[in-house]
Amino acid sequence: MAKELLKGNVAIAEAAIRAGMNAYFGYPITPQTELLEWLAKRMPELGRAFVQAESELGAVNMVYGAACTGARVLSSSSSPGVSLMLEGLSYIAGTEVPAVLVDIMRGGPGLGNIAPAQADYNQIVHGGGHGDYHPIVLAPANIQEAIDLTYGAFDLAEKYRSLVIILADGSLGQLMEPAVLPEMLPVIMRQPEWATYGAAGREKRILSSINLEPREQEAFNLHLEKRWQEIKKAEVRYMEYYLEDARYAVVSFGTSGRISLSAIRAARAKGIPVGLFRPITLAPFPEQELYELSQRMDGLLVVEMNSGQMLEDVIKITRNSIPVEFYGRMGGMVPMPEEIEAEIDRLVNQPHSPNGHPRDRWLDRFSLDN
Amino acid sequence: MVQTTFEEQVVYSRPIAFSDSQTHYCPGCTHGTAHRLVAEVIDEMGIREKMVGVASVGCSVFAYNYFNFDFVQAPHGRAPAMATGIKRVLPDRYVMTYQGDGDLASIGMGEIVAAAARGENITVIFLNNANYGMTGGQMAPTTLPGQKTSSSPTGRDVELAGFPIRTAELLATLDGASYVVRRSLHDPKNIRMAKKAIRLAFETQKHGLGFSLVELLSVCPTNWGMTPSQAQDWVGEVMVPYYPINDFKVHPALANIKA
Repeated sequence: MAKELLKGNVAIAEAAIRAGMNAYFGYPITPQTELLEWLAKRMPELGRAFVQAESELGAVNMVYGAACTGARVLSSSSSPGVSLMLEGLSYIAGTEVPAVLVDIMRGGPGLGNIAPAQADYNQIVHGGGHGDYHPIVLAPANIQEAIDLTYGAFDLAEKYRSLVIILADGSLGQLMEPAVLPEMLPVIMRQPEWATYGAAGREKRILSSINLEPREQEAFNLHLEKRWQEIKKAEVRYMEYYLEDARYAVVSFGTSGRISLSAIRAARAKGIPVGLFRPITLAPFPEQELYELSQRMDGLLVVEMNSGQMLEDVIKITRNSIPVEFYGRMGGMVPMPEEIEAEIDRLVNQPHSPNGHPRDRWLDRFSLDN
Repeated sequence: MVQTTFEEQVVYSRPIAFSDSQTHYCPGCTHGTAHRLVAEVIDEMGIREKMVGVASVGCSVFAYNYFNFDFVQAPHGRAPAMATGIKRVLPDRYVMTYQGDGDLASIGMGEIVAAAARGENITVIFLNNANYGMTGGQMAPTTLPGQKTSSSPTGRDVELAGFPIRTAELLATLDGASYVVRRSLHDPKNIRMAKKAIRLAFETQKHGLGFSLVELLSVCPTNWGMTPSQAQDWVGEVMVPYYPINDFKVHPALANIKA
């Protein structure tokens, strides 16, 4: 198929359509609104369900209801809207119904702004909603990857009866670049053996997240944890760039990973042996792969568009065995490749200080003049 | 020897749509009455196998155990949104939410108004017992002025806590609502009227006419501190004057449908 010039939000929406999505429920919020707008036009013309909900609370619970029938269902939002959805996400996880959510992150906290950010990492990767659960979190760094991850997200959600969250940022939602859309899959109403769609010719089914008996709730929690272990074994995805001969690695996801790659190419041109480790699954995180990488590196630089949320995971995984530094931009600011290149230079050429936390060192040298 | 034969006549049986289970409701509670009426209507319409119920949070949280058809259980107040999701992907099924007044008229007011305004083709069974029953009888949006509850111990003071919400009247103002009525469960005559209304609500859905809701005035003897009999009298004497039994919105097409 030929490449088309596609906007990120539209590309994700169309990929979900082509994956055989039965229904979409959403609420307008910048910078993801084009996703909802595209589906407002496309879903009805394809005879599929589309509702612009009264709120993100409404949208996520429409997703919950439709997911209980076995339908392929999607919602999308941006950071403050996703905060509102967390209640529903916890219920969806507690009921083990498959659903896909797209979070096009923006600057926060609070209303913040509509510029790109990655500050929902903790909210999404480490649960957000109440109770023990783990969504599968996919972080695309370009539009083709966003298409491919969205296209496969429904299968992944159904395979594990899990939430799958596409975690991207406002720049990926808004930018346009050439990409190939996949073939249109037939849209069918699935009737999984757990789903509630009318008890014709069978016993009734109940889908709920209630377990009043703590022992039963614990058994259910254990079941979720065991399944998460399976997911960790089978679904880890990441990309490596220029790491074969590297002595230093940048660890970065999504848009900041993409910008880091430009910085790495510039550093390579100066002869610095640096590469990029870019997790695609933020959950399950490529823990073993990053640990093994860290054992053959002289230092790591973590780059994020937040105050170092993934940094904590990287520190935990590398167990203080090698120098780790951090560089972040916050509040909707996007790092320039030159800033990251300067950080790579610093990591390589300046003696590493073993004292303190990488975030503290970053804050000490951080300047709003950048 | 004289052979005597007895002709067996069934005068009472459990509706098929009603599970053979013991409920957790308090003695004298009218949830059981409402469940039974809904189950009878579903049997009479022959739609049990096409039903998907949505339970809410509150005393009726376990409604899914008492009905014999597919059920899901919604977060507090969100049942109309869940029902919307189900109905939009399965438009030929019957979707019902079963909600109390705390769930529907307080935390879930946004979802119910939006669902009614969209003309969502679902049926809502709404029990109004003027307090939060499950958590032990706190003030609800439906609690009457002066009514004592555990969170309005000196009686609901409208200067501080505002006025009760007449939900059926409010929702009837929306163009998307096709059948919105209030009935009561405090005596046999009203119970018979309630059943007819529940039938018409499901007929509204059957004929694709849009949103239907039956508000049912209910007793809560435990939290009201009354005997079941006193509680029934209180509904008739105190609640009905504030919450009149009436049809607030009836789609013209329903005139030709006999319940």
